[in-house]
Amino acid sequence: MRPIEIITQLLELVVALAAAPLFVGWINQCRAWLQNRSAPSVWLPYRNIRKLFHKDAVIAEGASRLFRLAPYIVFAAMVVAAGIIPSMGTRLPLTQVADAIALVGLLATARVFMSLAAMDTGTAFGTLGARREMMVGFLAEPALLMVIFVASLISATTALPAITEHLATQTLGLYPSLAFTAVAFLMVLLAENARIPVDNPATHLELTMIHEATLLEYSARHLALMEWASALKLFNYACIGFALFIPWGVSTRGSAPVALLASIPLLALKLAAAGALLAVIEMVSAKLRVFRAPEFLATAFLFAVLGLLVHLLLGA
Amino acid sequence: MAGVPLDIQLLNLCAALLLLLSFAMLSQRRIVNLVNLLALQGTVLFIATLLIAWRTRQPHLYLSAVLTLALKVMLLPYLLHRLIRRLEVYWDAEPLLNISGTMLIGVLIVVFSFGLAQPISALASTATRNAIGIAVAVVLLSFLTMITRRKAMSQVVGFLSMENGLFFGAMSATYGMPMVVEFGVALDVLVAVLVLGIFFFQIREQFDSLDLHHLESLREDASSRRSE
Amino acid sequence: MVPVLHSPLDACLTLLALWGLIGLAGLLRPTSLRYVGRTLFPLGAVCSLALAAVALSSLGAPTERAVLILGLPDLPMHLRRDALSSFFLFLLGAASAGISVFAAGYFRRGHGTSAGLLCLQYHLFLASMGFLLLADDAYAFMVAWETMALSSYFLVTTQHSLAEIRRAGFLYLLIAHVGALAILLAFGVMQGGSWQFTFDAMRHAHLTPVWAAAAFLLALLGFGAKAGLVPLHVWLPEAHPAAPSPVSALMSGVMLKTAVYGVLRVTFDLLGAPQWWWGVVALTVGLFSALYGAVFAAAQTDMKRLLAWSSIENVGIIFTGLGLAIVFHGAGMPGLAALALIAVLYHALNHSFMKSLLFCGTGAVLHSTGERNLGRLGGLIHRMPWVAWLTLVGALALAGLPPLNGFVSEWLLLQAFLFAHQVPQTFVNMLLPLGAALVALAAALAAYVMVKFFGVIFLGQPREAALLRAHDASVLERIGLAWLALGCITLGLIPTQVVGALRTVVRQLAHVDLPDPTAPWWLLEPLPGRLASYSGLVFLLAVAAVVLLTIFGVRLFYHQRVRRAAPWDCGFARLDPRMQDTAEGFGQPIRHIFEPFFAMTRELPSPFDRAPRYRVSIADRIWQRLYEPLGSLVQRVADSFSVLQQGRIATYLLYSFVTLVVLLAVVL
Repeated sequence: MRPIEIITQLLELVVALAAAPLFVGWINQCRAWLQNRSAPSVWLPYRNIRKLFHKDAVIAEGASRLFRLAPYIVFAAMVVAAGIIPSMGTRLPLTQVADAIALVGLLATARVFMSLAAMDTGTAFGTLGARREMMVGFLAEPALLMVIFVASLISATTALPAITEHLATQTLGLYPSLAFTAVAFLMVLLAENARIPVDNPATHLELTMIHEATLLEYSARHLALMEWASALKLFNYACIGFALFIPWGVSTRGSAPVALLASIPLLALKLAAAGALLAVIEMVSAKLRVFRAPEFLATAFLFAVLGLLVHLLLGA
Repeated sequence: MAGVPLDIQLLNLCAALLLLLSFAMLSQRRIVNLVNLLALQGTVLFIATLLIAWRTRQPHLYLSAVLTLALKVMLLPYLLHRLIRRLEVYWDAEPLLNISGTMLIGVLIVVFSFGLAQPISALASTATRNAIGIAVAVVLLSFLTMITRRKAMSQVVGFLSMENGLFFGAMSATYGMPMVVEFGVALDVLVAVLVLGIFFFQIREQFDSLDLHHLESLREDASSRRSE
Repeated sequence: MVPVLHSPLDACLTLLALWGLIGLAGLLRPTSLRYVGRTLFPLGAVCSLALAAVALSSLGAPTERAVLILGLPDLPMHLRRDALSSFFLFLLGAASAGISVFAAGYFRRGHGTSAGLLCLQYHLFLASMGFLLLADDAYAFMVAWETMALSSYFLVTTQHSLAEIRRAGFLYLLIAHVGALAILLAFGVMQGGSWQFTFDAMRHAHLTPVWAAAAFLLALLGFGAKAGLVPLHVWLPEAHPAAPSPVSALMSGVMLKTAVYGVLRVTFDLLGAPQWWWGVVALTVGLFSALYGAVFAAAQTDMKRLLAWSSIENVGIIFTGLGLAIVFHGAGMPGLAALALIAVLYHALNHSFMKSLLFCGTGAVLHSTGERNLGRLGGLIHRMPWVAWLTLVGALALAGLPPLNGFVSEWLLLQAFLFAHQVPQTFVNMLLPLGAALVALAAALAAYVMVKFFGVIFLGQPREAALLRAHDASVLERIGLAWLALGCITLGLIPTQVVGALRTVVRQLAHVDLPDPTAPWWLLEPLPGRLASYSGLVFLLAVAAVVLLTIFGVRLFYHQRVRRAAPWDCGFARLDPRMQDTAEGFGQPIRHIFEPFFAMTRELPSPFDRAPRYRVSIADRIWQRLYEPLGSLVQRVADSFSVLQQGRIATYLLYSFVTLVVLLAVVL
């Protein structure tokens, strides 16, 4: 392993950990601007996490050790996922160990442990949230796999950095198949990260919660880790989108080390644009009924399959 | 994708958009949206015709493009919107099969069309021959739209979308049809829409609704009258 | 004379005979549970371990043959041990070791049958499966197959006093025999006119494509009936819950894999050159079974039926991979065929460990609570920690989560699907990537089912007061569970070595191979140059490192204080455990989304009911559409024959007279 690879890997992990809450804060800021109200500071998520770490953990009486272990596992899964996604450079040694399919498996691990922990509380809200979270998950996961499949078909590999490199170094062209899968990916992103139109991240009505219901019983450091993990998940999804659809600016194999430094402001720019786009989408959509969510995800799956078929037919 | 000229890439994009619009039509419940999607299809066809005209330098294709714009993007949607407003039919009833099932059949149709079109594409000599599969798929998907709808208006939109698909197929396979044929087809479509419009008023007068299953009960009325 | 042990085939035969002896020894003191449970079953487990060791060490050894002078005078039994047999013998030995140890602790009180008889049936079951894997002619194969079916039938009807168990056993036997008939017919077609039923003769017989296809389809039908492919799956959800849990584990974990062995043997070995469209048939049936099984598993309220349907799903995935391998083989793509076959064999091995672990876990739960209904369980992780945490390993593995073993075989299968579009046949190359989407959907559904299974049984609060008296598993049960869990973990952490071993099998079976690996020992890279690699070990280390760092960091910078309090009740002070989600409720989204699959009857309460009831029953649509009409047809035909039974002696004498006259006229 060359030093540039270790540096890229560590830099990615540090940037992901540090920037994820900022990304969430930025989306809140954009949403507030669109709603013509003044937003809380973009640094508020950091202060929240710090405040939570100081508190005493209050655990439900019936909860087992799994409940206390789950936040660490979910957080670890998200951190390792952040290490696999080429957000700044494609020379990541960790990706030899886990390719895109293993990335989807990591996200599934986080989801399963979150649902199990919610069921551990033994309340109606927790189990309801677990059921809904798994329902959204079991439809979103094949759609995400199909999106990655199409990208893998175009690049003939499932290693995410290799896909990014291949797409970044292609001559600029219009890939209709990638356009379809980009739409599918956006829909999966909205569903998996509990955004409107699938779930409202700011809701306080327990019967309408999907993701929040799984976090309902958590407090203090466990909640801090879960919140951080959720922010990391959104960050990771955004970076997967950039890696597949907007790969330019990532420092590829053979480029100078200074390209790595240059990719940081580019990443910030992409994230800012993505955050604004997410805020706009949240503004113009209404939250779907819970049983419309499978139709929403089925449409995403359909887009991904269409992208696949168009690629097979047109070669584009 | 290296070395593929820009206009062919744009044509491929148009083909993909056409497919997308046909799928969107399958899942729409609002009739106003259906007509808007039809207008969008016309726009995509207009752009595609322009690109092919520019590539093959056939001046009559420019005329065809202008005709497409006038008819499919402006006149027909306007007529249909007027019809919708006067008939006050805005929503389609629940389609025959639920949305997911229809989409699934749609995907199977697309796979079938693509598989069917591969040997045909090998015979054609144009640069856009790959898009023949998409044209066949659009025709079959519009047919499916017609089958799974209950309101007469949606079926008309499906019919027009089928014609769009045939037009695109002709474009990509043989770089357009002879001008006489095009004029003839355009006139046919226009007259069909006008006549159908008149029919809809009559149907609405008789049954107070444009739900097509009322037309089926005509037989029972006659037989019950005979038995009296 | 010491049995010759220097040849692996002889060693295997000796161990199989030992199993038979152990079974017979159970008859000596049939009612003594301590004797049977503490002595005989652990002995059987030791034999299993020895078998697994012998099989593993002989994977690369050359093929051996033997002839047993058992059976009819002119029809000796031919035996053969090659790489495929060794692999499945390893599967049998390793999985049954854990199950036998578990069974030693499980059979603590009497069931319907006496313990000694149970021991005989159990070990006969094991021995017949082992013999089946070594059989080299149709006669030995069918004898072993029938013995397997009969002994498992007796095991299924252990509690034969209950009518529903008798019915389940009958259904099982019926479909097993339909399958056996199809297999017999397949063998009949494959001998190709030589009237020699040894496998060697079948290997050298030249069949026309039509007859070869007929043989394949018959074999698929027959072995599919035993494996539980839709639509011949109806016996699985009935027989597995009816049997005692170790028997269910053995059936799901090992017996279904013998059917996979059968199809592999027939397709690649006996028939030789499979045609590509056979693969499409197998793929379609497999995909449909996978989806069907997953959807039904999500809607079950009985924990053992849930696992039975999950077995159907996994068998579907195995057959999907098998179909893919046949397509690649027939299309002349050997490297990819090898990849798909390796994925199939790996998944078979994985599933045997995972499903056995889960079934044994449910056995422990059933033992300590007496409940099979998911609606009466809950919160058992506090009372049964060993069972809970070991079953969690199995549940996570079945859900396909890295770094456990279920993920590896799914990864290999998806990698094989990635290249499916290169197949030259027109429609197939577009339908196969869609197959990948369906495999992904089935895998995601498996995760859903496992969260439901583990969450409803072990997590949350107990739904019944009696659950507070549940006790944890005994030492022997714990050892059995731990062995199986260890197998799951190990198979996930050393995929490269397992794939290396499987390459030997695949090379000998279908004469296809993967390129030699260029990656280090801890990295799995089946197709070098494609940049697709995975390492379970490093993955686990990475995740574990982050977890430990986080725990350590939090402890260092902050504190570890914890307080206990009542859960959030949203202002409603009388929350009780029955307000948790039930198993039926957890399956409701799946029932809603996949409504066309189910035949559902619902009884909803009205606002005016004094004693409101809510009742949902889901039935298999295939049972209603296919089996009930078929059953009534058979009944009608049988009834029409009853006209022959007059009851008068004169009529029967007349039948004999007519037959005699006809025979005389024909012969003379």
